[in-house]
Amino acid sequence: MTAAVAFEEVSCAYGPVLAVDRVSLEIREGEFFTLLGPSGSGKTTCLRMIGGFQFPSSGRVRIHGADATRLPPYERDVNTVFQDYALFPHMNVRDNVAYGLMVRGAERAERYRRAEQTLELVHLPGIGARRPAELSGGQRQRVALARALINRPRVLLLDEPLGALDLKLRESMQVELKVLQRQVGITFVFVTHDQQEALSMSDRVCVFDRGRVQQIGTPEEIYDRPATRFVAGFVGAGNLLEGAQARVLTGADAPAMLRAERIRIAARGDLSGEGAQRRSAHGVVKEIEYMGAFIRYIVEVGEGIELLVNHANLGESGAQRNFDRGAEVTLSWADSACHRIAEGDA
Amino acid sequence: MSAALAVAPSAWPLRRLSSFLYGRRGLYLALLLAPPLLWLGVVYCGSLLALLANSFFGMDEFSGMVKREFTLRNFADLAAPANLDVIVRTVTMAAAVTLGCALIGFPIAYFMARYTRGALRAAFYLGVMLPLWSSYLVRVYAWKLLLAKEGVVNWLFAETGMGWLLQAILGLPVVGGPSLSISSLGTFIVFVYIWLPFMILPIQAALERVPQSLIEASADLGARDTATLRKVILPLALPGIVAGSIFTFSLTLGDYIIPGIIGDSSMYIGQVVFLQQGTAGNVPLAAAFTLVPITVMVVYLAVAKRMGAFDAL
Repeated sequence: MTAAVAFEEVSCAYGPVLAVDRVSLEIREGEFFTLLGPSGSGKTTCLRMIGGFQFPSSGRVRIHGADATRLPPYERDVNTVFQDYALFPHMNVRDNVAYGLMVRGAERAERYRRAEQTLELVHLPGIGARRPAELSGGQRQRVALARALINRPRVLLLDEPLGALDLKLRESMQVELKVLQRQVGITFVFVTHDQQEALSMSDRVCVFDRGRVQQIGTPEEIYDRPATRFVAGFVGAGNLLEGAQARVLTGADAPAMLRAERIRIAARGDLSGEGAQRRSAHGVVKEIEYMGAFIRYIVEVGEGIELLVNHANLGESGAQRNFDRGAEVTLSWADSACHRIAEGDA
Repeated sequence: MSAALAVAPSAWPLRRLSSFLYGRRGLYLALLLAPPLLWLGVVYCGSLLALLANSFFGMDEFSGMVKREFTLRNFADLAAPANLDVIVRTVTMAAAVTLGCALIGFPIAYFMARYTRGALRAAFYLGVMLPLWSSYLVRVYAWKLLLAKEGVVNWLFAETGMGWLLQAILGLPVVGGPSLSISSLGTFIVFVYIWLPFMILPIQAALERVPQSLIEASADLGARDTATLRKVILPLALPGIVAGSIFTFSLTLGDYIIPGIIGDSSMYIGQVVFLQQGTAGNVPLAAAFTLVPITVMVVYLAVAKRMGAFDAL
């Protein structure tokens, strides 16, 4: 099957700064694909090159097999939900949503009918006569979504669309976007710097750092088997074991990743339930962070070696108990919980 | 300790006053705003109302004194063919100058707002405003030399073999004349030159507030550049264009110097007001004349508002 979007050795420079450095990737038709990375990592530039707002300095961009490297935005079968929503302030919601149909010369009645349909799709029926300024942030976001969907693009680009929303709304929109994507069956290309958002929404994630692709994979692959130190550090909470740490704790020299929630914490000497495949270390609780769903301990297990441990907060009724600062504890983890990072930092 | 702190302010009358006013925002605001509001209300608008009142007074034919009796004669006089001629000419010129300024000013403002930053933008600001800092009269007289029969413009046309074109243009009725400096076309050119900054700056300010993402969104949704210009950029720049046109339109309506120096000696409202008030001493008729630009502007703004020029504000 032809990829919905394909990058072939794409680079993009802003003056002397190389924002995107020889990126190759393939986005499959119909998948929810996320570009994840810190700000300035090149993820947004990649999105803009798919949208046609930015042209690569070298390399080739294909959309559904056809070369789109230097195609203007209005000739691409791709629509965008902008970070600031970019709703036209001088038009009401209906005209905003119908804009894509209007510039393609659709009749007014047809435009308004389809605009109302699309507003229903994003659960905002009957607000067509209002101005964008009269809407809440969440509503504007949906209007922007409706406007981008009305042309029935084959690829929808979303540039950090949830960034401006408050936490609760963001979480409900995450679910809604995912449902919507399945419903309309369009390829979604989503840009975010929020690793939680990337993991929870995507079919596949591409992690960027300093203009380079660090890893492409399913959320499980990215989380459990990070390919580089950067991915290990950026996605999820964990312990990146290097040098002496790695030697002491894993018995090997290679850097390794040990997730904070895969470490079991118990009172010193309490080794109940220990299997043969487990490693353990004694330590002292240095710091405690109460996170609600879990408690994070920073445990010193040796001179200058500290491990993050996420301990599920089961309450006092649970068999496990919580530890105070200075408590002497034993940490243990399965051998398989340690993931070797094959290569050095890219 | 706290007692000492509480006592300290009372030692300073100004501090005590500011503490007193801090809790009384209404009084504070009234005190601060009273002087400028008095200026605006009494000196500014009051004098305008006095002018309006004057336009309803008559003149004593023999003594030349203003008679404080209500009459509509001044307005009847405005409708006299000669005066109507002046009004139509002035309003037409103002409209043409506004259009000319908008056509030249928009691309410059667009370039400034979207493609310049830092030193280049500063250079553009300087270029636009520098003429405003030099004497208006010097610049108008300079244009008289440029546009004269012996001037640079005529010479350029002749040198490039386009002299016939200039002659053809000058041969046109109404706008033409013996030379550019003695034609309505010349008046128009100098008006456009003089008022252009007042058009560029508001348009530039309006365009600067248009986020780049709106233009990208338009292209993204399938609009070519001309459609984006018509449907997104122009509507959003309209408040700026209207603001600029208020300047160019009203400044042209009221100006009496430029048509006196450059042009075919046909009269404009400003000159008539000047003559009626200064030479003839007919203040009531002059006042009636000045009501024309005010009325025209009110009508213009009402139309602009109805067309949605201020919707994006």
